[in-house]
Parts: sequence; structure tokens; C-alpha cells
Amino acid sequence: MTAQPLVSLKNVKKYFPVGSGLFGKKDQFVKAVDGVTLDIYSGETVGLVGESGCGKSTTGRMVVGLSEPTDGEIYFEGKKLSSYKNKKALGKNLQMIFQDPYSSLNPRMKVADIIAEPLVLHRAGTKKEIRKRVDELLERVGLASYHGDRYPSEFSGGQRQRLGIARALALEPKLIVCDEPVSALDVSIQAQILNLLKEIQKDMGLSYLFIAHGIQAVKHISDKIAVMYLGKIVEFADKEELFENPKHPYTQALLSAVPQPDPKLRDRERIILKGDLPSPANPPAGCSFHTRCPFAMEQCKSIRPELMPTSEKSYAACLLYDEKRKAN
Amino acid sequence: MNFKTIFKKLMAERMAFVSLIFLLILVIVAITAPYIVPHDPLKQDLTKVMLPPSAEHWLGTDELGRDIFSRLLMGTQSAIKAGLFAILIPLCIGVPMGIISGYLGGIVDDIFMRIVDGIIAIPAILLALGITGALGISLWNAMIAIGIVFTPQFARLARGQTLQVRSEPYVEAAKISGAGPIWTMVKHIIPNIAPPIVVQASFNLSYAILVEASLSFLGMGAQSPEISWGNMIQQAYSMINMNPWMIIYPGLAIMLTVLAGNFLGDGLRSALDPKVKKA
Repeated sequence: MTAQPLVSLKNVKKYFPVGSGLFGKKDQFVKAVDGVTLDIYSGETVGLVGESGCGKSTTGRMVVGLSEPTDGEIYFEGKKLSSYKNKKALGKNLQMIFQDPYSSLNPRMKVADIIAEPLVLHRAGTKKEIRKRVDELLERVGLASYHGDRYPSEFSGGQRQRLGIARALALEPKLIVCDEPVSALDVSIQAQILNLLKEIQKDMGLSYLFIAHGIQAVKHISDKIAVMYLGKIVEFADKEELFENPKHPYTQALLSAVPQPDPKLRDRERIILKGDLPSPANPPAGCSFHTRCPFAMEQCKSIRPELMPTSEKSYAACLLYDEKRKAN
Repeated sequence: MNFKTIFKKLMAERMAFVSLIFLLILVIVAITAPYIVPHDPLKQDLTKVMLPPSAEHWLGTDELGRDIFSRLLMGTQSAIKAGLFAILIPLCIGVPMGIISGYLGGIVDDIFMRIVDGIIAIPAILLALGITGALGISLWNAMIAIGIVFTPQFARLARGQTLQVRSEPYVEAAKISGAGPIWTMVKHIIPNIAPPIVVQASFNLSYAILVEASLSFLGMGAQSPEISWGNMIQQAYSMINMNPWMIIYPGLAIMLTVLAGNFLGDGLRSALDPKVKKA
């Protein structure tokens, strides 16, 4: 693809100091995100998966400007996020849908005011125009105009998530970061919300950065999938490529953990990872996955693999493929 | 949750309902006291000293022949004034301090909270005595003192609640859309931290009346001819051997008012709690 990416992350890092205090030393850091490079193009959905604490949510928060990268740069349409003096200009283009449909809506505001908030902040018209737009948005997400006069507590989890989507859509953004938008919902509702997101994407041509902790959840909606482990992207590939031909041992392990509905296929090899996730404050040297990797070699303990192309549509950060590349 | 449902829930609590009515009557009495008193509360009549209750003097007279019932009615003025002031000052100073402290964090938070810690370290009544001592003895200064004494509690409460609300996703959603600190505080933080502050204010209302009475009893509050339940008790206290029932009326008034404030606070706490569902 030669087009300019909509959002581009270049070696983005986020370190959180630990043990700070009046006399605490600030030389210890949790490396929540440790060098993430990722391009999101217009109209596509990038799934970002990884286990709890791997830095996927932090990455999403940095994309919408809720948190500043410690190092590296995020570009929106080629312009550095840090160069935007006024956050409003970003809010118009980058929005977010949150995981918890309960705490993401102010319980003391009426639904119409919640959805109108971005519009009011951006002075998007008179009271009447804004209310009209709110009604359109409510209808767009499958609710009705009269719902606007109610309070969030009168809605179910799935309906609340629809309200969150309506709020995110209000300014017609170009990218929405979806931070595990369905993981707090019933399975029956999850599909509805995912389909709604897909429909909206088709209508408005926006992009999603879809964060989830299960690889299966992003399969439905993503075009490309990035797999994160301990603050780094270990594999980034087109969805089909990733599911059919996973390269990184971690991705392989994740895929083998997906429950298989067909009993005939259940005798496939299950890769069970040993040990726990190492602490992001003190990640292993070399490849951060080597402590749990079934294919770990001696070099893995010292050489940190970089993300490099393994096929036309996939990238992986693993020495296994580096060796092959050298051999070729 | 809107105001109507909260009010309904509050009314369902019998004690809170009775307390609210009682406090409302007190406020009305305080406002209209000069017009409804049966006798001039300051007028001495040395021919009618320490009379027992009668049709003319419902609660009897004191050692200077003044009508106790009229004095009791006038005394509500000091009590209500003290109660309101003791809440207004912390609401206007303590709560904004706490919100700013909690929202901004960092050095502002450190400075504000160390001031608060310093004030809290001094016992409340001692601090109130110190402040009235420094400002001069009067009911007005006693009320300012009580207000200052209560300010740290409100600052801490507001700060703690703000810290909680500040990191809620709905606040972050507003930030993404470009909301500034003022918008966030007014639209999101204040409405969501209000319930516990209202409850605290209700408890403090009764405590303030108690502190005002204590200060007046100690001679650091209302000064004669100003009438306060506290200095009525003080007067009656010196007559306790001859006329023990004189002390009962202002004492009862203070006790009932304090109880009413506490019951109202309890009622408000459950009425404002969205988890308690009964109406």
C-alpha cells in the first residue's frame, strides 16, 4: 500500500515509574509499551490482541491522546499528535469506545446530553441542531429518539454500549479505538454490537483499532491483527494469514487455545505455555518471550528480535524466521 | 437518578421525614422569631422571677424574670445561623479546594492536603476556641471558627471522591472530545461527588449547632443580649440548685436538633445511594 496511513505509531514507548514518592527513586519503570510500530490505514480494522497487562489498552489510550508516549511518535495523517496544541482537533478525528458500559456513561447526565457532549464541546450548532443530530445518532445505533430523555441507569449493558458508540460517532471521527467493547457483554449481545460496528464502518468508512484479549473476538471484525506480548508487537499480519499460517510461537499458542467446536478436530496439538507472564517492570533480556517459548534457542536469551516481514502479508518478531532469512 | 426519585426515597424513611419537617419548622421559627414570641425575650421583670410554667409563661421565667419560651424561640436564630454558616464556609472553600486538589494532583495536591492535615491535627473545639479568641468574641466569629474547623473534612471528602471520579471512563471520553478542566469539574465531577457531600453537610449541620452551643456555654460565642441555647444553658447552670428544670429546655432543644440532623443525614445517605432501591 502506498497511501499514507491514517494513524501511524513509530517505535512508541510508555514507561510508568514505580516506587515513586517523596524520597523514592524513580529509576524503576514498568515498560507497559516498549517500542510499538503500527500503521492503520483508512477504512480498515486492526485487531490488537494480547493477554492482560501486555500494554494493548495503553497503546489505545495513547492513540486517542489520553496518555502521552514516553518515547516515539504517533502520527495522525502524517502529523505528530504531540504537535497538536488543541486537543479538540484530535477529538474530532480520534474517538474511543470503552470496555465498561456502566462507568463510561455519566450516571447523572441524560442520554441526550451524554451524546451531545462532544458536539457541544465543538460548538457544532444550535441547541436544536444538536438535538436533531443526537436523535439521528440514537437511531443510527438502533435506539429511538425518546431514549434521549432517560438516564443511563435505565438501560441494559448492550444498550449502554450502543450509547457509547453513538457518543463516539457524534463528531464523525476517522478512527475509533475500541477498547474491548464487547468483553463486558453477554455473548448474545456481543455479536449484535460487532455487527453494528461493522455496519457503521461500511457506511462511514472509518477505521477501528479493535483491542481485545481473545484472538477469537477480533476474528469477526478485523482486517489485520497485531499480537502483543509484554509491550511489544510479536506478529502483525492479515487476518487470514494469521489464522491459517501463524508465524510467531506465541500466536501459535494463542490459536491453539481457541476452543474448537468440532470434536473431530479436537485432537490437534495443543501448545500449553509454561510459566507466568514475566513482570513488565523487569522483562527478560533478549526476546521477551524466550522464558515461555517452546522453540527457544540459546541466542533468544541475548538477541532482541525485531519485527520483520515473514511473508507478503505478515510480520513477526522471532529469531526463527530471522535465521531462515539469513540462510536464504 | 433525578431529584424527584431521591425525594421520594427520602420521604419513605420515616425518621428522615420527621427530622426534615422538624428542621424546616426550626428554620421558619428562626426567621419569624421576632414576630411570634409571646413576650419580649429581653424584657426583665424582677417581680416574676423563676416562675414555674403557667398559661402566661409556657415554660416559666428565668432568674431575671424573662420568658423562657420566648428566649428559646429567639435562640433558634443563633443555632440555625451557626449551622448554615458552618456548612457554607466549608462548601465554598473546602469543597473547591478538595476538587482542585484531587483533579490536578501533584504539587497543588501536596500543598492543599498538608494544610488540611495541619488543621485536622488540632482538636476541633480547641481550634474553634483559638479562632474566636483571635478574632474576638462574638456569635459571628464563632460561626466563622466553626466553618474553618469543618473545612478540612469537606476538602478531604471532596478530594477522595474527585480522585475516584476523575479516572472514570466518562471523564476520559469528555477529555478525548476536548473537554477542559472547568467543563470536566462542572459537568462530571461536581454532580457525581455531590451526594456524599450533601450527607456530610447534613451531619455537620447538627454538629455545628452543638459546637455553637458549646462555645456560647464557654462564653466564647453569643454574648448577652444575644440569645443562644448555649448561653441559656450556662445561665441555667448557675441556678441548677434552685431551679433545675430551667436547664432542660435549651438542652432538649439542642438534643432534638442534633438528632434531627443526624437522622436526616442517615436518610439522605440511603436516599442518594443508587444501590438502595426502595421508594
